[in-house]
Amino acid sequence: MSLARRIIPCLDVDGDRVVKGVNFVELRDAGDPAQLGARYNAEGADEIVVLDIAASRDRRPTFLETIRRVAAELAIPLTAGGGIRSTEDARAVLRAGADKITLNTAAVARPELISETSLEFGAQAVVLAIDAKRDGDQWVVMIRGGRDSANLDAIAWAKQGVALGAGEILLTSMDRDGTKSGFDTALTAAISSTVSVPVIASGGAKLPDHFAEIFTAGYADAALAASIFHDRIQPIRELKEFLSARGIPVRLPC
Amino acid sequence: MKITLLDCGVSNVASVERALQRLGAESQRAATAECVERAEALLLPGVGHFEALIRVLNDRKLRAPLCDAIRRGVPFLGICLGLQALYDASDEAPDLTGLQLLPGRVCALPPVAKLPHMGWNRVVLKNQSRLLKGIDADAYFYFAHSYAAIEQGEETVAACSYGTEFVAVLEKENMCAVQFHPEKSGEAGAQVLRNFMRLCA
Repeated sequence: MSLARRIIPCLDVDGDRVVKGVNFVELRDAGDPAQLGARYNAEGADEIVVLDIAASRDRRPTFLETIRRVAAELAIPLTAGGGIRSTEDARAVLRAGADKITLNTAAVARPELISETSLEFGAQAVVLAIDAKRDGDQWVVMIRGGRDSANLDAIAWAKQGVALGAGEILLTSMDRDGTKSGFDTALTAAISSTVSVPVIASGGAKLPDHFAEIFTAGYADAALAASIFHDRIQPIRELKEFLSARGIPVRLPC
Repeated sequence: MKITLLDCGVSNVASVERALQRLGAESQRAATAECVERAEALLLPGVGHFEALIRVLNDRKLRAPLCDAIRRGVPFLGICLGLQALYDASDEAPDLTGLQLLPGRVCALPPVAKLPHMGWNRVVLKNQSRLLKGIDADAYFYFAHSYAAIEQGEETVAACSYGTEFVAVLEKENMCAVQFHPEKSGEAGAQVLRNFMRLCA
């Protein structure tokens, strides 16, 4: 028996609305997070990720309320992040109804945040989000929503994050994000074969073949996408039937 | 019948509460010995570290009333860590004593596969089950754990395989427990909770 490969719709939210953009810019409104969450829950999504793209202090209460509204609609796990800088921030997100938190920029600035949250809430609740960008023959970690380089090698950072207690890696290819040209298989395979925890691949998905490839050649444990689900370009159920027909274990019927 | 949710502050009680609500069950949170003593049905959700849960049960003097209630025949459902707590001990916190309602130790899953065991997996029926009644044999459930009860006893009604086979569902008279999260397991998980509600009725 093997674990089903997970299909994860991602809701990038700004306050109380879902937004979408290309390469983290040109944001457009894409709907109500709770309504989208309910739709994906019914369509067979295996998990939902909600990310606060603004991650600003003064809009934190709005984001927490968004998590509460989304969580109320779900009978599947919910991961939430964006702007989590402390154990107390993480606690607020988990209390609002998330099962896992994602850490990104703040963990680069202060890696102990990973161990602190992992000890407090368990490794299964701590997802290290890495935004990686190709730079010569390696991938570098990008922070602050992909704007700045952290001058860290993505593979080394993934390993360090897991050693510190991250229970999962959410790996976004900044080169592929928003391009719909397929996941970054080389990047995902490099990280997934290095770390001992599950890896969620993100960035670049459009076609069912992209998903099949990232699960086989990329060794991804889960695949995340946003706009192709929001815009109904790719219905989740059909995607899973496609994967199942190719021998990739997915949760069906759903 | 009202289901009493043990709120040990270490788990996401709210998600179990919401799941029960959706199914039309009445529930209340409890964090004191008196509430446990008066409970008509008990549910122990658990996420996180074995040590954190056992310490809360000890410090709040919930251990004895909880064990008494289960021995008295009060319907009980343990979820995830709530299953692991029933055993003698766990390798996750070797110095602490579990509830000792079942013999054996909870062990770390072997590192032959990626850990935590996180995601959707299937279970194999070992004995007739009341909790799994009406659920397809190939249904998936959501797991998120690194430790498990590997030794199976006659109370084991279903097992899951990940690196090794471990207890996924156990039933011993009124005492039931699942290693997966029914509140996060879609329709299959909802049916497990409905079946437990039926046992409580």
